[in-house]
Formats: sequence, structure tokens, C-alpha cells
Amino acid sequence: MSKPKTLFDKIWDAHIVKRAEGYPDALFIDRHFIHEVTSPQAFEGLRKRGIPVFNTQRVTATADHNVPTKDQHLPIKEALSRHQVETLRKNCKEFGVDLYDLGHPFQGIVHIIGPELGFTLPGMTIVCGDSHTSTHGAFGNIAFGIGTSEVEQVLATQCVLQYKPKTMKIEINGVLGKGVVSKDIILYIISKISASGATGFFVEYAGDTIRNLSMEARMTICNMSIEMGARGGLIAPDETTFSYIKGKKFAPQGAAFEKKVAEWKTLHTDNGAEYDRVLMFDAADITPMITYGTNPGMGMKITDRIPAVAELKEMSEQTSFKKSLEYMGLEAGSQLLNKNIDYVFIGSCTNARIEDLRLVASMVKGKKKAAHIEVWVIPGSKQVELQAKQEGLDKIFEQAGFELRSPGCSACLGMNEDKVPPGKYCISTSNRNFEGRQGPKSRTFLASPLSAAAAALTGKVTDVRTLLN
Amino acid sequence: MKEKFIRLVSRAVPLPIENIDTDQIIPARFLKATTREGFGDNLFCDWRYDSDRQPIKNFVLNETKYSGKILIAGKNFGCGSSREHAAWAIYDYGFRVVVSSFFADIFKNNALNNGLLPIVVSDHFLKQLIEIISQNPETEIAIDLEKQTFTTGSLEEKFEINAYKKTCLINGYDDIDYLLSIRKEIKEFDLTHA
Ligand code: SF4
Repeated sequence: MSKPKTLFDKIWDAHIVKRAEGYPDALFIDRHFIHEVTSPQAFEGLRKRGIPVFNTQRVTATADHNVPTKDQHLPIKEALSRHQVETLRKNCKEFGVDLYDLGHPFQGIVHIIGPELGFTLPGMTIVCGDSHTSTHGAFGNIAFGIGTSEVEQVLATQCVLQYKPKTMKIEINGVLGKGVVSKDIILYIISKISASGATGFFVEYAGDTIRNLSMEARMTICNMSIEMGARGGLIAPDETTFSYIKGKKFAPQGAAFEKKVAEWKTLHTDNGAEYDRVLMFDAADITPMITYGTNPGMGMKITDRIPAVAELKEMSEQTSFKKSLEYMGLEAGSQLLNKNIDYVFIGSCTNARIEDLRLVASMVKGKKKAAHIEVWVIPGSKQVELQAKQEGLDKIFEQAGFELRSPGCSACLGMNEDKVPPGKYCISTSNRNFEGRQGPKSRTFLASPLSAAAAALTGKVTDVRTLLN
Repeated sequence: MKEKFIRLVSRAVPLPIENIDTDQIIPARFLKATTREGFGDNLFCDWRYDSDRQPIKNFVLNETKYSGKILIAGKNFGCGSSREHAAWAIYDYGFRVVVSSFFADIFKNNALNNGLLPIVVSDHFLKQLIEIISQNPETEIAIDLEKQTFTTGSLEEKFEINAYKKTCLINGYDDIDYLLSIRKEIKEFDLTHA
């Protein structure tokens, strides 16, 4: 018998083109996603070297980060943004890469369209010049973010040079309480292990709580793996995974699909395989969560108090903590509950799939938002947008006074037109609360779509459980 | 070919803040360029300039007493977004080395791929270093990549660096050169991996 292997090791080992003494592994990449922001310099590199894209069939492009979410049919107003999107168009054309451009029915946030088009499959290696590539790991593959030099490597050779990371298992068992969803699970884990707690590791999520989640919910968890420093996170594929993939546009069809499923069923960690680290959590301990600081590790139960400065051991930690609270305009030791907010952002590759929009709609149906706030709902893709309209969710949002816009990264990163103004508070379903992330001097509270919906109705930080019967 | 890195003697700039993410190093609104140059002007933009783009006096990059090619930063430097623009901005500003007690993975890779040397030191050493520089900004630091030593006055610390990455930095090699040299093997792999 060969040595028992983790799922991560199985996939990694199956993709090594060359392992040479003194070199990192040359890892073959099955699927490469690109977008307008981190690819122009990589294409420029190919042009300088005079080489083509290694295998255009393995590359998928979309425009998402730098696009407006209003009037997408018009030329982009801002000259630099327009130039960047046009450069992507030009590069894809010149090098023969498929592009799901603005206006295309498949356009959307790169990590949303990959799975919904059936490009993201179990057992693969997937990269993208974007740290939230970890999202795809929900299908039981190795997916991680890379820098632009590496984007160039992959375009040129379909490989990246990488050292194998360590492995960590995070197991969660038990039943989730009322009003608790997958975003709360991941915010809870990060608050426990900090924004750097998994640096150097690749995480496998396991346990019956994870098994009982939908694909959408699993993607939310894998998406935020990077926020605890992990390169990526994955979940072994199962029936939930297979039925999600079945019939997706670019996924194997018919007999080919059945054959693949048989292969995918072998994708699990063997009994007795060892991880470098194992963490266990109990679902019953998790409640609706919220962040109060300027990194995703600064999170707490929505009913908790922000820690007091004295609770932090290290002097250097105290300095960073104080700086962070000052930026957020918050007091150490205070509660966030009932704090007035100005914006609600429902969007991003963390929580802008159809299930997230349904969750929000179920909460706000027949109700109206608080008068003083603005609510933006940004679907993750054109397909999500269409689906939402077919289900009549657009009507629910309209009645509630929410603004439903077109797909893109939007206010997740303060790069395009959608920004939270200086000093304003925003409850956001995205993944980062860094200083200025949603616009210069913007202040972000990360939370689940349910908590965001609750806040939209009351205009305040609200424990969603008090609104559920 | 990249600029080679072998030895460096320089002053340093201390920035003792933890969890500095790449959105602080270079905010997203500056990522619209399609070339690698010019990002240095916006390095740490929101800490460095006020809303009228006037330098904020007490930010280290604006304090004339500090200068040099070495940036010394708090724990978990470079977390967050994978944007290589962060490494470009630091390099373009003129830094060649970043010292911290902990780096985020993607940032570390990006730095190494751009001839920017990330040096990991112990928390204790980092603290000492920051004190020394803050008390005497003229302190010079010598970095020898060949010997993997970091020296200032009587303080010396050995640092770790992966042997392959070290060779690349010293010779100005790129990962892509190696991968291109095994193209044939990759082609075969590609064909057998539907
Ligand atoms: S939605 Fe946000 S996190 Fe996701 S890819 Fe876009 S910018 Fe990155």
C-alpha cells in the first residue's frame, strides 16, 4: 500500500511536470483565468519575448475589476479604465484568448463565472492574477492567486514554479444556528486564527457542517481562505458538487460527464493521511459575525464588544490596533450593535451569487430600507443578474428601495466608479475591510448577506436573529 | 534579465505597523496603468498625502531624516490582494530590500520575481532594529546576499533564503527562463492531460 495522501497532495502530485533538485516544482495549470488589471504587463512580456500563449484553450478572460456597474452598454467614461479594458480586448484578440467582455451574456466577476460556466472542475489546478482565486477550491481543486510575473509564466508555459505549501485541515461539525450562514463560519474562523494564521498553508475544509453546505456557500468559505493568509482552500467534491456541475455550459456532458464523476469520486483525503496542522470548530459556537477593524481578522460576534486595548499582549499589536480603531472612528471596548450606517454593499466574489441574492430578497420582501441609507446590490455575473430578474428578485429590491446594478467587482475594491465616500460606514458582503479598500477613508464592516439585509432595513448594525421569527 | 542583487549598504526607513496590506502599499485606484513603471509616486499614497495631495509631515517617507533603500516594516507585511503592483511600487520608489518578521506568501513571491529582496528576521531583532534606526536614522545596514547576513554596528543576523531564489537574484534570472527550457516536457504533459 502506498502512503495515505491528502486530497491536496493527490492533486498537486498529479500536476508536477518536473521536480528537480534545487528547483521549485514546475506545476502544470489546467485553467487560467485572466482579467484586465493584472494581465496587461504579462501580455507585454510575451510580446517582448516574441512568444505566443502556450495553449489558448486553457485561458478564459473577462472584464470585471475596473468596469462601471451602470450604463455598461456605453463606452467607459474614465479614460484610464477604458484604456485598461481596451488593452485586454486587444491582447485577447492578438493572442487568441476567449474573452467574456462587457455586454457578453457570460461576463461577470472572474471567480463567479468560472464555476457557473463549468470551467471550474474537481481535481484541477487553477490560477488567476487575483488572490480570491481560492474560491474555486470549493469544487475540490487546487486554486490560488498569482502575481503578474506568474501570469506571464503561465501564459508562456502553462506552468508556474511553486514550492509545495504545508497542509492544514479545518474541521467544523454540528448544526448552524438560526441566522448563521457560511460567511459567518469563515469570519468566525479568521477571527480565531488571525489574518496571518494560515500563511504558508493550503487549507482543506471538512466536517459535517461543510458537507451540508450548498456549492455557493462552500465558495464563500474557500473565497476567504486568503484572508487568513492561506494560499487557498479546498473541499472534497461530493454529490452536491457533481449536481452543481451537471449541465453547465463548458463542463463535460453526457457519458463524458459520468466518466469524470467516477474519477472525481476518488478525490478525497485518504484515511490516515497527515496534515501539518489540524483545527476543529463547533458550529454551535458560531453566531452572526461582524468585523470592526481594518483587517478581516478583527472580527467578533455581532453582539460582542470590541476588545479593550489592554487585552492585547504585544505593544506593537496595541499600536496597530489603536491606529485601526482610529481609522474606523470606533472606541475600544464599545459595542457595534445599533451603530448607524450609511451604505450597504451586497456584492463581490464572496457573496454575489444567486443564492446570496435570494437570501437578501427573502429577508426584505415587502419591506423598505431605512430612509438614510443607500443600498447597492451588484450581481456577480450577467447570468446571476438574469436569473434574479427571472425570479422577480429585482421587483423585491426595487420595492425595498435597493439599487440593482450590473455585474462587476464594484465597491469591493474602490477601483471603478463605485466608492464609499470618506468617513462613511458601509456594511459589506465582500471580503476586505482594509483602510481605503472601498474608497479613500471609507469604513467597512464585513458581514453576511443576511446581516447586510437586516442592516439595510434598520439602518443600523443589527443582530439578524431579532428580525427572524 | 533583471538587475542583479549581491550586496547592499544603505540606511533604512522604519514603518513599524503590523498587517500592512497591499491596498495600503498601492491603493486600487492606481492600478489602471498597463505598464510596470511609475507606481513609486503613489507608494503608501493614503498615508503619505492628504486629500489635497500635500505630504503628511509625520509619515516616514516624508520625514527627511529617513532615507535609504531598505524598508523595515511590522509583522505580516504584504497581506491581501495579489497585485504585483505593490512590489513594483516599492521597487520603483527606490527600495531594494524589505525587512519584516513575517511576509504574506504572494507578496514574497512577487517581490522575489522583481528583484526586491524580502528578509525575514525574528520579532525580537525587528524590534531592536526599529529602535536603533529611530534613535539614529543615519545608521547604515549592510546586506550580503551571498553570505546571507544582515549587519548593523555590532548586530548581525543570518537570514534564510531559498537557494533557488538566491541564485535567481544574484544572477538576475527569471523563473520563466527555466520554464521555457522545459517546454517540450510541458507540451507532452499538456497533451496527456485533457
Ligand atoms: S469582487 Fe473583490 S475580491 Fe473579488 S475579484 Fe473582484 S475585487 Fe477581487
